Amino acid sequence: MPKVDDIARRHYGRLLAWLAAGFRDVAAAEDALQDAFAAALRRWPSEGLPNHPEAWLLATAKRRLLDRLRQRKVSDAFADDLRHTLTEAEDAVTWTFPDDRLKLMFVCAHPEIEAALHAPLMLQTVLGLDSRRIADAFVVSPSAMSQRLVRVKAKIAAAALAFEIPEREALPRRLDSVLQAIYAAYTSAWTTTPDAQTRGLAGEAAYLTQLCVDLSPGEPEALGLLALIQFCDARAAARFAVDGAYIPMDEQDVTLWDRGLIAQAEATLDLASRNLTLGRYQLEAAIQSAHISARRRGVPPSAVLPLYRALVSLHPSLGAWTGYAAALVQAGEIQAAKQVLDDLGEDRMRLYQPWWAVMAEVATQLGDTASALRAYDMAEGLEDATAVKAWLRQRRSRLLQ
Amino acid sequence: MQYALIISETPEGFADRTNAQAGEYWGGWTAYSRAIVESGIFAGGAGLEPPETAARVVFDGASKTVQDGPYPDARERLGGFFLVEVDSLDDALAWAKRCPITKGGSVEVRPVLPTPPQAG
Repeated sequence: MPKVDDIARRHYGRLLAWLAAGFRDVAAAEDALQDAFAAALRRWPSEGLPNHPEAWLLATAKRRLLDRLRQRKVSDAFADDLRHTLTEAEDAVTWTFPDDRLKLMFVCAHPEIEAALHAPLMLQTVLGLDSRRIADAFVVSPSAMSQRLVRVKAKIAAAALAFEIPEREALPRRLDSVLQAIYAAYTSAWTTTPDAQTRGLAGEAAYLTQLCVDLSPGEPEALGLLALIQFCDARAAARFAVDGAYIPMDEQDVTLWDRGLIAQAEATLDLASRNLTLGRYQLEAAIQSAHISARRRGVPPSAVLPLYRALVSLHPSLGAWTGYAAALVQAGEIQAAKQVLDDLGEDRMRLYQPWWAVMAEVATQLGDTASALRAYDMAEGLEDATAVKAWLRQRRSRLLQ
Repeated sequence: MQYALIISETPEGFADRTNAQAGEYWGGWTAYSRAIVESGIFAGGAGLEPPETAARVVFDGASKTVQDGPYPDARERLGGFFLVEVDSLDDALAWAKRCPITKGGSVEVRPVLPTPPQAG
């Protein structure tokens, strides 16, 4: 008999999305669904697994929600409407419920909700992660994270945010908030965690991206983000040595890269480009693709520069500019790299670790040892990951030999 | 708001201060301190000598006795602390996570108590 846990993982997001979309209250839907799972844990081991576990869970959760409706004395029209919708799920034999997870994601990344909570909310509602694990990933105290999520769900209910797929014109912008949240979760997990076991939320973020692609087929930026994640995941095994030491891309063992996944990423990117709407994620994926080709086929590192120029003109974020500076260093254009970093300005970039890491390399190559030592200290001091700290320290120590 | 980052290290961590890893140990803490100072959030702090150098006065009812360190009550021992001026507990935790601790330990993050109201 499959474990209730497995069923929860497979169905949680879909069940919650469907209940929340019908009831327009994420917190109430969560409570009802948790009660349903608790009932399943109690009853399935002795009574046996129902034929359609998800329909059983849905019907049980539905009864809870109807109880709540009665207590609330909500307007009759709304209650009838909901009863009607929910009845379709009752004792389902062949009925499959619609996948409303994309609607749930749009609500989680709604403009009314603080951007920093978009990803945590999606991870909790779509994937069912507990707030403790989410707090860990975002380096927030677990009680603070849990309070924030409770508050934001109250806001969703109070403001009656619509569970819907936005109109065609609004779709790219709204989808962008969803993708941005996933991207932030993925990159923070990617940069700070050393190995496959402790990759933190990278896997979950990749799953959410795949879900966006499945639920909004052909959206070029969802595909672009998926390609980007696939390119990064393909290199995961080569990023750290057996002893845990960090290995930068230009020193990675290319034979450890996952060629199948790289081919998949190329295909995803190709699919994205058919729409002829360029976007930041497609460009970032194309940059990864160019980096990989540079290593595997000896394409000169300068080949990536036009892609970076396109990225900074389309999406001039601090990260994009810093990435451009790093690419200029690799292409041997040190003065140009320094110019980009100086234009960004130390004051603005003081807390931005990658800026210092690139600056350390630039100063080293320009023979400015004092600036390089300082920049390495800043880059190391601002870095989370122990392995990357050690790598920076090693680079720094070469200046003193 | 001010927060204290209270840094505890294991005996292995303390050993790194003087063994073959000393260069990396001090390099890591120097870089970390530099980043704290240059970020403009430094409000105080100190590294502390190892627990063997400590002595403490124990208050037990009316008696006050003096003991030499180290004390057998915990594996992790206080290694130092920073006071930082940051906007939120989230920011303080982000700084705590950057501590160059490699042999186990912890960083407790606590808000600094506001000045108590003046009596009378």
